[in-house]
Amino acid sequence: MDLPTIWFLLWGLLWAVYFVTDGFDLGIGTLLPFMGKSDTERRIMYDVMGPLWDGNEVWLITAGGVTFAAFPKTYAVMFSSLYTPLMLLLFALILRGVSFEFRSKVENPTWRKMWDGFAFLGSLVPALLLGVAFANIFKGIAIDGMGIYQGTLFTLLNPYGLLGGVFFLTFFLVHGSIWLAVKTEGDLHDRALKTAHGLWWVLLGAAVALILAGAFATRLYDNYLAHPALFLVLAFTVVCLLGVKFYLAKGRLWKAWFSSALTIVGATFYGIVGLYPNMLPSSIDPAYNVTVYNAASSPKTLTIMFVLAVIFTPVVLLYQFWAYRLFKAKVTEEDLTYDEA
Amino acid sequence: MMDVLMLSRLQFAAAAFYHFLFVPLTLGLSVMVALMETKYARTGDETYLRMTRFWGKVFLINFVMGIVTGITLEFQFGTNWSRYSEFMGDIFGSLLAIEALGFFFLESTMIGVWIFGWKKLSRKAHAFVMWLVAFASTGSAVWILTANSWMQHPVGYVIRNNRAELADFFAVASNPYAILMFFHVIAAAYLLSSFFVMGVSAYHLLRKKNLEFFTRSFRMALTFGLVVSVFLVIEGHYHAADLAHTQPAKLAAMESHWKTESNAPMYMLVWPDADNEGNSVEALPIPGFLSWMAFHDSKAEVKGLMDFPRDERPPVAPTFFSFKIMAFLGFYFVLLMVVGWLKRNRLTESPGYLKLMLYSMFLPYVAIELGWMVAEIGRQPWLVYGLMKTSDAVSHISVSQAAGTLIGFIVIYSLLACAAGYLLVRFIKAGPQPKTA
Repeated sequence: MDLPTIWFLLWGLLWAVYFVTDGFDLGIGTLLPFMGKSDTERRIMYDVMGPLWDGNEVWLITAGGVTFAAFPKTYAVMFSSLYTPLMLLLFALILRGVSFEFRSKVENPTWRKMWDGFAFLGSLVPALLLGVAFANIFKGIAIDGMGIYQGTLFTLLNPYGLLGGVFFLTFFLVHGSIWLAVKTEGDLHDRALKTAHGLWWVLLGAAVALILAGAFATRLYDNYLAHPALFLVLAFTVVCLLGVKFYLAKGRLWKAWFSSALTIVGATFYGIVGLYPNMLPSSIDPAYNVTVYNAASSPKTLTIMFVLAVIFTPVVLLYQFWAYRLFKAKVTEEDLTYDEA
Repeated sequence: MMDVLMLSRLQFAAAAFYHFLFVPLTLGLSVMVALMETKYARTGDETYLRMTRFWGKVFLINFVMGIVTGITLEFQFGTNWSRYSEFMGDIFGSLLAIEALGFFFLESTMIGVWIFGWKKLSRKAHAFVMWLVAFASTGSAVWILTANSWMQHPVGYVIRNNRAELADFFAVASNPYAILMFFHVIAAAYLLSSFFVMGVSAYHLLRKKNLEFFTRSFRMALTFGLVVSVFLVIEGHYHAADLAHTQPAKLAAMESHWKTESNAPMYMLVWPDADNEGNSVEALPIPGFLSWMAFHDSKAEVKGLMDFPRDERPPVAPTFFSFKIMAFLGFYFVLLMVVGWLKRNRLTESPGYLKLMLYSMFLPYVAIELGWMVAEIGRQPWLVYGLMKTSDAVSHISVSQAAGTLIGFIVIYSLLACAAGYLLVRFIKAGPQPKTA
């Protein structure tokens, strides 16, 4: 396997890990106004995300940074073409991050309501936009020979793109409500569980629709038909998705969450392997496609980055795992009484 | 009518300046809070715990603001400066990736552990986590400044395939410009933090509240600040002198120096007049001093602005005034620190000095923002010195997109500034938590 291909797979993996980690934060944030019935419940929901969201969000920064470093042309074309959605995503993430830190610092209902609103929007908007953006990438973006975007925001809001948005949002909601159920007890736990059960069916519907629509709206299946072994990726994803429901029904919540995490990884790679060697197909003319090869950095940069990634990634995973273990206990009302800073 | 270039510049400038209102305090306070918590872990002295928690809260508000505003900066390279990203990604992108993978992860993971881990970790382990945060923040700064320095003084590259490709990673990582810049920025950040702590402490000392708590905080910051303020002035000189070799046009603009000459004097009184390629006021010369400052040789030849084509000269007045005011403030800070050192044992009896420290608290903010103006405006019209002009780097996006997001930035950043300011003032006025018995 050549270096650009290795980096392409790592690129996909980074996005997948971002979706897995920040996915449950974004889901819980979106659930906040519906699930948190009292101030105490909402604070518990914040504290479920509190210790981890910041570290989770760095996977996005790293996915962005690695795109910049390994595929500068992809970075340039992707972010300037998806300008408006990306800026909205950033604004949403800003408001979300700040609301986590500021919300509980003042005992004033108006103050808290304001930040609750931002936490909700700041979670809902990224979940939707990430889905719309990636579905459009799978579908092909209106870029010309200079890598300049020829569409508008509304070009992105096509049926397949919107379906991608719904799929991502539902996925994060299911992923988030399982995590919330794992981390809470009592009434909140029960409601989170019920939500996960109910939304799973919506997710299944969206997944089936997306898989079918992919045959008409995208060229993802060209690779699958050329190498039928790739269908294993799709099969793996579907099995994991069924596993989520299976473990939920058995009350094995951790296993259900890991199934959900693996489904996210599978779903990301379902798109990634279909895309290869393209990174940003052009909907205007395939000659304008941004590919792994015409976007890659120099072999020297790719090699140095690879060595650094091999050294640092295990270290990062190790201490993030340690942090997750440190905060694996359920968050209860009692935990809210001590001052967090 | 503004064009995409101007709007993108405004947008990036706004984002960078705003980001840098919070980062320096974070860099300095992380070390101070870690020191306080270490003292608590070793002695069990309750005051140090209260200091850790009080200054820790101030630190956290700044930390989160620094994080969220930093994310937008990374992505703006792609959204607004896509031609830059494509041309420089091979080198610049890898530096950002190293920063994220090596340090930003550590910082962000550990801050969550620190905030929520009080009951889950031993005292010593908890203090150690703060050291990890401080270490990782500093590491982040190293790589971000290395990336910025590469735009100031590109090294270790070859131009191939219509872009700058990496030729020598070690040269990029050990860019002398980056080393000088790092020490300058980190010292400025520490100085700002010590002024911040002293200003807040002075406020409470003037009100005769929590005397022991704030006297200790003040003295700790004073020791810290005295060392860095002296270091900063000396290091700042070397940083500026280095420009004579790396960015002579910037140096000439900083001094409003027009004609190339040897034995160049420095004028104590100058008013630049770029339209007429000279200065409308030029008085009180110190012969040979500019030559000596730039090359440590009063006979050396210093290049003047007229030696550069008109379209390769930075805007003179903003560069000149930013530099002069920053340098003046640098000396003022040393003076305040020396006076403070003499008064360190009778702070509460020196209300005049305490008031001065309270009012001077925001001057380091002015100085560091001016410092960035010198660095960034002084490099214009180049985005990457000598390789790529700013006007060639901007994305092909529409004016409405760039204008719309600029308005978005202004609205959101203003909202956040109000909220963060409100919280900080509230915490600071309330003072530390009472002693837990």
